[in-house]
Amino acid sequence: MGEKTQNSELKTQNSEKKPKATRDAYGDTLMELGQKRSDIVVLDADLSCSTKTNKFAKAFPERFFNMGIAEQDMIGTAAGLALTGKVPFASTFAVFETGRAWDQIRLTVCYSNTNVKLIATHGGITVGEDGASHQALEDIALMRALPNMTVIVPADAAETASVINTVADYRGPVYVRLGRARVPYVLPDDYNFEIGRAFTFNIGKDVNIIAAGIMVATAKKAAAILAKDGIDAGVINMSTIKPLDEETLLRAARSSKLIITAEEHSIIGGLGSAVSEFLSENHPVPVKRIGINDTFGCSGDSEELLKFHGLSAEDMMKTIKEALK
Amino acid sequence: MGAVTKGKITDIHELQKVAKKVRLHILHMLTKANSGHTGGSLSAADVAVAIYFSKMNFDPKDPFYKKRDRFILSKGHAAPLLYAIMAEAGYFPLEVLDHLRKIESPLQGHPCCTSLPGIEVSTGSLGQGLSVANGMALGLKLDNNPARVYCIMGDGETQEGQIWEAAMTAAHYKIDNLCAVVDNNGLQIDGPVQKVMGIAPLHDKWAAFGWHVIDVDGHNMEQILNALDKAENTKGKPTVIIAKTTKGRGVSFFEGKVEYHGVAPSQEEYEKAVKEIHNG
Ligand SMILES: Cc1ncc(C[n+]2csc(CCOP(=O)(O)OP(=O)(O)O)c2C)c(N)n1
Ligand SMILES: [Mg+2]
Repeated sequence: MGEKTQNSELKTQNSEKKPKATRDAYGDTLMELGQKRSDIVVLDADLSCSTKTNKFAKAFPERFFNMGIAEQDMIGTAAGLALTGKVPFASTFAVFETGRAWDQIRLTVCYSNTNVKLIATHGGITVGEDGASHQALEDIALMRALPNMTVIVPADAAETASVINTVADYRGPVYVRLGRARVPYVLPDDYNFEIGRAFTFNIGKDVNIIAAGIMVATAKKAAAILAKDGIDAGVINMSTIKPLDEETLLRAARSSKLIITAEEHSIIGGLGSAVSEFLSENHPVPVKRIGINDTFGCSGDSEELLKFHGLSAEDMMKTIKEALK
Repeated sequence: MGAVTKGKITDIHELQKVAKKVRLHILHMLTKANSGHTGGSLSAADVAVAIYFSKMNFDPKDPFYKKRDRFILSKGHAAPLLYAIMAEAGYFPLEVLDHLRKIESPLQGHPCCTSLPGIEVSTGSLGQGLSVANGMALGLKLDNNPARVYCIMGDGETQEGQIWEAAMTAAHYKIDNLCAVVDNNGLQIDGPVQKVMGIAPLHDKWAAFGWHVIDVDGHNMEQILNALDKAENTKGKPTVIIAKTTKGRGVSFFEGKVEYHGVAPSQEEYEKAVKEIHNG
């Protein structure tokens, strides 16, 4: 049955597929990985129905460890499993994964350089109604500051599948940030993720938008509107936030007078900071960061929240026009 | 300024009536929001109503009244319960309940103390409330303030290590102006607590940590009131009430159902549920 769905999915063009949440793609890919590899083990902290690790749990109960509501213990246990040669995928909501267990991640995952995959769901404000306590807006900053850590934010379900397969083969700590809400497919059918390699949709002469996660789709929309007004905007999917694709960044910065960063994260410490840090030292150009402006989120419908925080395509277009003045 | 709550309710039938109203508010607001946590809001309703209406001193017109007793909902996902009680107590008009989980509402998905006066501290990330309760209780003691602190936790929540760190603190500092409650409904998100990550024997664990432990039927008002009295009269150690409850209590088709942890009633379920509460 699994194979049939796979084949029919292969035949369908990405552009024709219905939006799918990146967490759902994670659940499906993890299942497939579990079938292929016996060294994959999965841990969760009482959120397996939401992180979608429940599929793996059902198929491979002996390789699934529900740790209860105990994120710190989950990370330590994952590190221990990694030290016996297993490849642990540890999942919960992004706030709890990165915030609650940060020191455990720092010491037993990054400092010890263990092969732990931290796959967190419910990143960003599109968590929606649960509100600020559940919306991770600082997770990328927290993970990016840690030596040895690789930080990845996939843009759609297909890229997520590619990311999960890639990080299973990569040796070392990885943080992958996934979302709750369904997102459209944005990447081309033949795209394959590679750690540290951005995907360039196009390079713009007036402005280049460096985006990650759900903001890639938004950037594409904004660029299309801007084109009608004669503004040539490029869009780059910077799904690996650490290590940055410096070559692509330089190319973008050399071809336009303005760089925009766009992320569903605080403007402090995330993609915008990473890009600004690199460009200010290597090729200074004006950078405008679009993200959550140093505030907490709030409860609400996720589309409403994106507008509320100025993260819609219209907001992006206005910001760009303003910055180009 | 800051008159103490007018007339605490000590009559069991009166308290049961309030609990009924609170359950109706919970169902109404969750259905209206079409989002939120049904099971755990209903399971803790009787204990929370007893604490607020029979025990606590507070003034809804003066939420920062110095001698108020403090309440911390450590299991923050049961926010609808807290909001329903606060509305019933007069902190804000009942209409505000219609705005649960809506953008810019004071009634955030999880309690937010900077959005709604009367909430002592923001919660929602589990396992943190008891530490804050300890801190408040210690601060009150330093000021010779006679106020007491109440803190409700989930049973799954006690899997968090911080709970046991706080448990040590409370016993170590002999925090007897604190009464904690474990809403022992036997369920969390991924299934029964004992299946996900066993916490038994809960009574013995708390006792071993130096607490005065009282077991009650968490839907029996008389037992709850007795336990709250005993807690107040216990000196030299903190008290924890382990309240045996049913998740989704009051609505037969929600009771004991793990699926209704984080799912709001549909309109149809709402109408049936209201009938059950009225007849119950
Ligand atoms: C630190 C943290 N981890 C995970 C969650 C997600 N979560 C919300 S409610 C819940 C289950 C709570 O179970 P329990 O404490 O038994 O509450 P109740 O049954 O009373 O609803 C979980 C895991 C959270 N809110 N905080
Ligand atoms: Mg429970």
